[in-house]
Amino acid sequence: MNNPLIRVEKIVKKYHRGAEELTVLNGLNLNIEDGEFIALMGPSGSGKTTLLNLIAGIDRPTSGHVFVRTDDISSMSESGLAEWRSRHIGFIFQTYNLIPVLTAYENVELPLLLTPLGGAERRKHVEIALYIVGLADRMSHYPSQLSGGQEQRVAIARAIVTDPTLLIADEPTGDLDAKSAEEVLVLLERLNIEFKKTIVMVTHDPKAAARARRLVRLEKGILIEENHMDGHSSSGLTDGINVSGISAKSE
Amino acid sequence: MGIPVKYNIRNLIVRKITTGLTVLGIALVVAVFLCVMSLAEGLARVFKSSGSVRNIIVLRQNSQSEVQSGVTRDQVPLIMTLPGIERDTDGSPLASPELVVGLNLEKIEGGTSNVTLRGISEKGSLLRPQFRLIEGRMFSPGLSEVIVSSGISKRFKNCGLGDIIRFGSYLWNVVGIFDAGGTAPDSEIWTEVDGALNDFKRLAYSSVLLRTTDSVARDQIIKALAIDPRLALEGKSERAYYEEQTSTAEPIKFLGFFIGVIMAIGASFGAMNTMYATVSARTQEIATLRVLGFSRPAILASFIVEALCLALLGGLLGCLLGILAVNLALSGITGTTNFTTFSEVVFAFRLTPKLLLMGIVFSIFTGLIGGILPASQAAFTKITLALRQVG
Repeated sequence: MNNPLIRVEKIVKKYHRGAEELTVLNGLNLNIEDGEFIALMGPSGSGKTTLLNLIAGIDRPTSGHVFVRTDDISSMSESGLAEWRSRHIGFIFQTYNLIPVLTAYENVELPLLLTPLGGAERRKHVEIALYIVGLADRMSHYPSQLSGGQEQRVAIARAIVTDPTLLIADEPTGDLDAKSAEEVLVLLERLNIEFKKTIVMVTHDPKAAARARRLVRLEKGILIEENHMDGHSSSGLTDGINVSGISAKSE
Repeated sequence: MGIPVKYNIRNLIVRKITTGLTVLGIALVVAVFLCVMSLAEGLARVFKSSGSVRNIIVLRQNSQSEVQSGVTRDQVPLIMTLPGIERDTDGSPLASPELVVGLNLEKIEGGTSNVTLRGISEKGSLLRPQFRLIEGRMFSPGLSEVIVSSGISKRFKNCGLGDIIRFGSYLWNVVGIFDAGGTAPDSEIWTEVDGALNDFKRLAYSSVLLRTTDSVARDQIIKALAIDPRLALEGKSERAYYEEQTSTAEPIKFLGFFIGVIMAIGASFGAMNTMYATVSARTQEIATLRVLGFSRPAILASFIVEALCLALLGGLLGCLLGILAVNLALSGITGTTNFTTFSEVVFAFRLTPKLLLMGIVFSIFTGLIGGILPASQAAFTKITLALRQVG
């Protein structure tokens, strides 16, 4: 087996709500290979978004480690994580999260401002990203002048413009009508197949999950099932607490 | 590279009503601050620009002002013969024994105030280079004639050209109006000194003003007067004498700062409120910027820049309002009491580039105080909480 792109090791995440301690992830292990398109599903409170945030380096585990390639992102400083995110993560939000006062072009350009690229190079990257998502003719439009589907495609362009290691998508079709959702899924599929982008997506939508090449289900902070879209499936709790190295086992 | 400033500018434009009200609040604070400070500046300028560095004013020892001073008639020739006094073309010393008397006159706007009547000798006007007769003629000795400064003629009754000033049983004909270029004589009425001594039955002059040949002579005369026990007089540089009176402007300056600081605290809260509302409305945007990789210091700087832009706009508008107020509403001359001489000092509001810069700095300070806490909140909010995506 190759070294996985992402290695989540014995991850525990606890929150405190007043005096109550809430365990959202409980000793979870997960490997994600380079070039995978993985869908995380599960009921509300199952910990899927928390897992996504930990992989994206926007939250820290209570214990355990998240390795992306050789980087242990769970031990990075706040500023180190910010810098790491800018280089390695493209994030796609459910509600697009475009900056309303910036045009599509300026929104897509934002992550590039953190790179050493000059103005001309940035323009080239932005134009390519917007061309890939089919919005090259909407560069000067503000988010309020775009449909929901177009906004999400601009957000995808923003996520891919730096050519990140990993695309993180949190319910990317959750706010879209069926047609726009389909367009976004086709785009994500294309990014995975054609551009070899590794994608980790949280979704409630089985149709969206069906586009992924691997499906992982979480419940109460543990992995309970994973399906490869070639039909092979494994499920169940190996030790009652966590499922280790699902992708490795299934292969 | 940080978050582009256009992000902040456009956000300010998008929220134009909130932005406008906050800018207006800061602008009014800056404008009031500038008006009060230009009042103090105008008053201070009267004293700072008065007097020549080569002139010496001779007073009785330990006198704070001419009002408290006395120089006897027999002391005057001793002073006049001191070496180092500049000579006029006729060879006579450029020196003027003078008498200062306070007249309580009626103001045009109502009420009364003390006005300095100065008896000057023949050389008195020559010793004051800013002096310029703008209407009428110079007074003639022995005829109870006076010339009045333009400022006093505009603020006091019966002080116009051709009027008769009455004070007790005294009557003086106003035969001329003069201008002294914003210096202390602009608050005075002048007459001939010996006539004034007779009118007021005084035995001594108040002071002697004299011009020295150079700064070395000036210092020597001051020293000579200080060490001569027979005279019991002291000489001061005329410039230094008037600068001592700038203390009159200090309470106004203090008031300006006091009012300014109190109002600035209010304006800071206004700016803070606006910035808190801004941060609150843009929590998700801020979290998004953090997710994209912008660091906490970048977010902090961005929101401080936004607060500073807000404040700077307020400062610029405040300066504009201040300029308009001083040049339109407050363009005339005004007066207050000189607490050294207890007589009216006439001056104009004076808004200098330095004061305008102070207004801008003042507004920036307001923005900084108002912006730093909301900006910190923006920078230190937990990303996951801000995105509302907990598990």
